[in-house]
Amino acid sequence: MSERENESGRDVSQIVRGLGWFSIGLGLAEILMPGKLSRLIGINKEENTLALLRFYGFRELGAGIGILSQPQEPMWLWSRVAGDVVDLSSLLKALNSEENDNGKLLGALLAVAGVTALDVYCAEQLSAAGSSEGRGQRMSAQATETILINREPDEVYSYWHNYEQLPSFMKYIESVTLTGEGRSHWVAKGPGGIDLEWDAETTEERPGQFLSWRSLPGADVHHAGSVRFDKATGGRGTLLRVEMQYAPPGGRISATLAKLVGQDPGAQIKEDLRRLKQVIETGEVVASDASIHPGMHPASPPERVEDLNLALSPVS
Amino acid sequence: MKANCWMGKRDLRIQNVPDPKILNKRDAIVRITATAICGSDLHLYNGMVPTMEAGDVMGHEFMGVVEETGPGVKNLKRGDRVVVPFPIACGGCWSCSHQMYSLCENSNPNAGMAEKLWGHSGAGIFGYSHLTGGFAGGQAEYARVPFADVGPIKVPESLTDEQVLFLSDIFPTGYMGAEMCSIQPGDTIAVWGCGPVGQLAIKSAYLLGAERVIAIDRFPARLRMAHDKGGAETLHYEETDVLEALQEATGGRGPDACIDAVGLEAHTPGIVHAYDRAKQAMMLESDRPIALRQAVMACRNGGTVSVIGVYGGFIDKFPMGSFMNRSLTMRTGQTHVHRYLKPLLERIEKGEIDPSYIITHRLKLDEAPEGFAKFLAKDDDCIKVVLKPH
Repeated sequence: MSERENESGRDVSQIVRGLGWFSIGLGLAEILMPGKLSRLIGINKEENTLALLRFYGFRELGAGIGILSQPQEPMWLWSRVAGDVVDLSSLLKALNSEENDNGKLLGALLAVAGVTALDVYCAEQLSAAGSSEGRGQRMSAQATETILINREPDEVYSYWHNYEQLPSFMKYIESVTLTGEGRSHWVAKGPGGIDLEWDAETTEERPGQFLSWRSLPGADVHHAGSVRFDKATGGRGTLLRVEMQYAPPGGRISATLAKLVGQDPGAQIKEDLRRLKQVIETGEVVASDASIHPGMHPASPPERVEDLNLALSPVS
Repeated sequence: MKANCWMGKRDLRIQNVPDPKILNKRDAIVRITATAICGSDLHLYNGMVPTMEAGDVMGHEFMGVVEETGPGVKNLKRGDRVVVPFPIACGGCWSCSHQMYSLCENSNPNAGMAEKLWGHSGAGIFGYSHLTGGFAGGQAEYARVPFADVGPIKVPESLTDEQVLFLSDIFPTGYMGAEMCSIQPGDTIAVWGCGPVGQLAIKSAYLLGAERVIAIDRFPARLRMAHDKGGAETLHYEETDVLEALQEATGGRGPDACIDAVGLEAHTPGIVHAYDRAKQAMMLESDRPIALRQAVMACRNGGTVSVIGVYGGFIDKFPMGSFMNRSLTMRTGQTHVHRYLKPLLERIEKGEIDPSYIITHRLKLDEAPEGFAKFLAKDDDCIKVVLKPH
């Protein structure tokens, strides 16, 4: 993402937030004081006008909450645009009636038209941002996850630094092989049994503190990552912090990667970190009668241990 | 082996399932000699706890004889007679090292699932839904016990199964409920619910120095047991205005501490019950906090509300104003059973208490489904069901 895109992205998100709060404010005004509002915009109030305004109020409130809770989701802004159209046509209709104050009504019309333009602009920006991610023009996924491990940073660092034992807790990693000069070869098993492979190089290592790496050209999964090992406060062991950035590959791999990391790339990392904690604190990945099966399975003992993928047991 | 399996709401079946196997190095396999139906199992039975799967093996109160140990278990050997705590605890995480065993950070492989509902996860628990890990339970002929080097306690031959079985859950649970009241000389403790946990909370409150214990329920047999065996004064909540009676009994001040041994399926006569049942049915609240609300309102200013009844999700109309303005304290939790095993075993050995007095029904494992139905309906004055798998 270029600097410029970053800037404009920030501007749009600020406007979007503003529109969200505007929706909530207007919605509340429409619900709580429809009489005052109708006077303000020049409509002589009748009972059904007030009821209609309250109804619009709930629509505004819904859109506002939607925008603020899912600021990346263009749907909420498009719903505002649809609402704006309804508002505009209501105001135009009111303009034709002789009972109303046409001067005030014109003012209201102009104001709504201005907001509509802003809504359309933001909705288009968000929609474009959403689809360009799909086309792979921006960083597709970033994730930061942390966990506390009840051991000193040195010990946790040296476990992680022993790359070949990473598959003991990384669910989808089949193997890591050191290939010399700070480089390693990784094989991951994706859903559907598709193998993903890549070479990675260590970009920085500070023993007991920090590790970072990135994939090399030709990788099935382009990514960069880092792990920090900070001493946690008050004897709470190590505060471990993983940051990952995935650049989107294309085609087959893209779909597989999406499945691999799911909708939420952080969730898979979090699960891996939980397993790392289990391995370091208890000696191995903890198994339950359900967890040893892929997907949901009743909590009932397995038929045969030999059939199970207990590959997550650490290299001993 | 035979196991009591949850197949759906109010649908339990004895099924043949594979024998348990060692999956982790620190596992043991226990041949179960006695296992019990817990009041909290009724929440699963009634479909109140999410994430159950058809085929889940029930049961978290059990004991037996060690059949096999994994290579990481050095303190137990085949033939040892042990009671197994219901929470699974690794012994090595920060929570375990602070004796908060039911909050073990490593024993729930489905921690991510629990985090979605509760914000953070607690420990894995035997036979208690997939939110707590998806571990097969102990209403079966055998069970796999993870972290067998940390949890199970060896029990002397001089004590019978029935005397020590409840160390697995309800005795420590009742005891922790009383302990959380920080009982001072002269204190009056009120206990909502005279099921097995309530009965043992009453006993424990006296063991910890309470002057008076007042027990609240609506089933005559349970009130009788609380009175005759527990030594409590009793209130029948359908016949008495509980708040008024507690005020009267304490000179208007209220009990020094209140124990909720009821939990999420509380009952009360009249409109409040209908309100909570309706909200639960519409999924607007998951738990009915009727006893909890009353415990808060009843408690003396500055007192403690100790919650050992099980809650699963969300409650409605919690009297926060009363709670805040009157400086109340709430203490709660799944029981840190491991913490209490030794001291409570000692109390049993010394004869200070014999928890087996609460057992009203002894059935074969095959009869578990009937046992659940009877326990739920309180038929035949059922208070505690113990199952014998062998």
